[in-house]
Amino acid sequence: MIEYFGQIFVLFGINVILASSLNVINGYCGLFSLGHAGFFAVGAYSSAAFTTLIAPEWTAQSPHLALLVSSLIAMGTAGIAGLAVGIPCLRLTGDYLAIATVGFGEIIRIVFLNMDVVGASRGMPGIPRLTTIPWVIVGAAFTLIILNNLIKSSFGRCIKSIREDEIAAQAMGVNVRFYKTFSFVVGSLFAGLAGSLFAHNQEFLHPSNFVFMISVSVLLMIVLGGLGSQKGAVLGAFIVTLLPELLRLNEFVSQIRMLVFGLIMILVMLVFPEGLLGLLKKGSLKNKFFKKAKNEPGFSGAPL
Amino acid sequence: MSTPPKDKKPLLSVRDLTIRFGGLVAVNNLKLDVFDGELVGLIGPNGAGKTTCFNMLTGVYSPTSGQIVFAGRSIVGLGPHKISAAGAARTFQNIRLFKEMTVLENIMVSLHARRNYNLATALLRLPRFFSQEKVLRSEALNILGNLGLEARAETYAKNLPYGDQRKVEIARALATKPKLLLLDEPAAGMNPIETAQLSGFIQEIRKKFSLSVLLIEHDMSLVMKICERIYVLDYGELIAEGTPSQIKSNKRVIEAYLGGGGLEKLSQEKNTAGGAHA
Repeated sequence: MIEYFGQIFVLFGINVILASSLNVINGYCGLFSLGHAGFFAVGAYSSAAFTTLIAPEWTAQSPHLALLVSSLIAMGTAGIAGLAVGIPCLRLTGDYLAIATVGFGEIIRIVFLNMDVVGASRGMPGIPRLTTIPWVIVGAAFTLIILNNLIKSSFGRCIKSIREDEIAAQAMGVNVRFYKTFSFVVGSLFAGLAGSLFAHNQEFLHPSNFVFMISVSVLLMIVLGGLGSQKGAVLGAFIVTLLPELLRLNEFVSQIRMLVFGLIMILVMLVFPEGLLGLLKKGSLKNKFFKKAKNEPGFSGAPL
Repeated sequence: MSTPPKDKKPLLSVRDLTIRFGGLVAVNNLKLDVFDGELVGLIGPNGAGKTTCFNMLTGVYSPTSGQIVFAGRSIVGLGPHKISAAGAARTFQNIRLFKEMTVLENIMVSLHARRNYNLATALLRLPRFFSQEKVLRSEALNILGNLGLEARAETYAKNLPYGDQRKVEIARALATKPKLLLLDEPAAGMNPIETAQLSGFIQEIRKKFSLSVLLIEHDMSLVMKICERIYVLDYGELIAEGTPSQIKSNKRVIEAYLGGGGLEKLSQEKNTAGGAHA
């Protein structure tokens, strides 16, 4: 039972990293990206390749250091992949960008599906289990702190100005192409970190772990929590990770739990179109209930 | 009568500027000069190509042909952010504030070119980050204070009243420390009292920030009152240039605004379909 909760916690941490990194691209820069699973996959495969194929002995000797190094490698490769995808894709806007990123996300997956060194369609077994709960906490905290510092700086203001009005941002001297690519790369970088933690938690990787639905569920997390809010991303990751597990409790619901999950998501979005944190912004009845939390500095539904 | 100082080099010099969208020539062979410290108006009926002209000057469109020399160098083909860095700032006909950001943040976006810290400093929150952020913040507050907007600093831009939104847009443009300010219909949607205030405001900031101003405006009372020279566009062609009094009595300008044939034709057009393009 403890293992079960531990596993859920690890997945929650990984989802926090994924959601908050996509939030930079989607929530703060306003780029509609649906290829996040691709960068997640790049991070997972490259870090797993390091610990299982390149340096297995060293990994066995010093597992913690190996996880750190492989995570850095994952961030590097995912960042490079983000740059390679971002440069051509970010010439597009809106729906077209979304379609292009879906395409690139699938291309990345299919590359791994055909790459024999990492097992192709057989999958990649024998990855050491290095991800521990403390490591997940460190990874998620690191991501949240760094991204928060980024957003609340002059760089972050430039990124947000692009979301608000691209033409005005350009006219105020913001190099829009640079900042778009920059936020895309930062997002991919941390997706790579999530990938590394994921690979060393699952012990086995298969391209089907990184299908389009993963990108959608990460998008669901940030939209559910409230776009452009780090707290929203954490809340969204929490709900999307935990709710399907909670639905297992009842035996009948358990059988149709994903159906119920979908229905709940639809209802939530109908009632709180601005995300769950959006309800704190408005003078809704729930406001009273959350009043204490709302008075904390910075805790409001308004995009930060 | 004030004539442009012929001996001085213009701050902005436009020659033979032409842009085509497919078969449509939106601006044709435009010649325009703005000298240091001048307040120049650009007027014309709707669809004459005034905003298109602004878009070329600020790099949103690249012209089909022609030269734009600003502060001694050609800016044709430069991206908008580079032209902004070169010292030309603009406002927009339809207000384009960063709505979900506070007024202060709006101004601070424009100040980003003068941040004195790098990415690592920001991510690690080194002491330099805090001290430099403070500098940026006080600079932004200073600009807002100069325009009497300091009380609005923490308001979200979307919650501002219309007149203040216009002012904040001007403040945001000023924060880029421009030499030339391009104002695109700043008096649109304002009542006569607000327009009168605006004309004082424009003259005031021009002195305070030692600016040259190029102004697109439909409100003739404002244009005639504050502009030193006026250019008139019609169907993309420059049809007149001169002082307000010259423009007021220019026959081609009157024709462009009221339609050729004068009053007789105007009443005719009104009767048919309200087709006068003024």
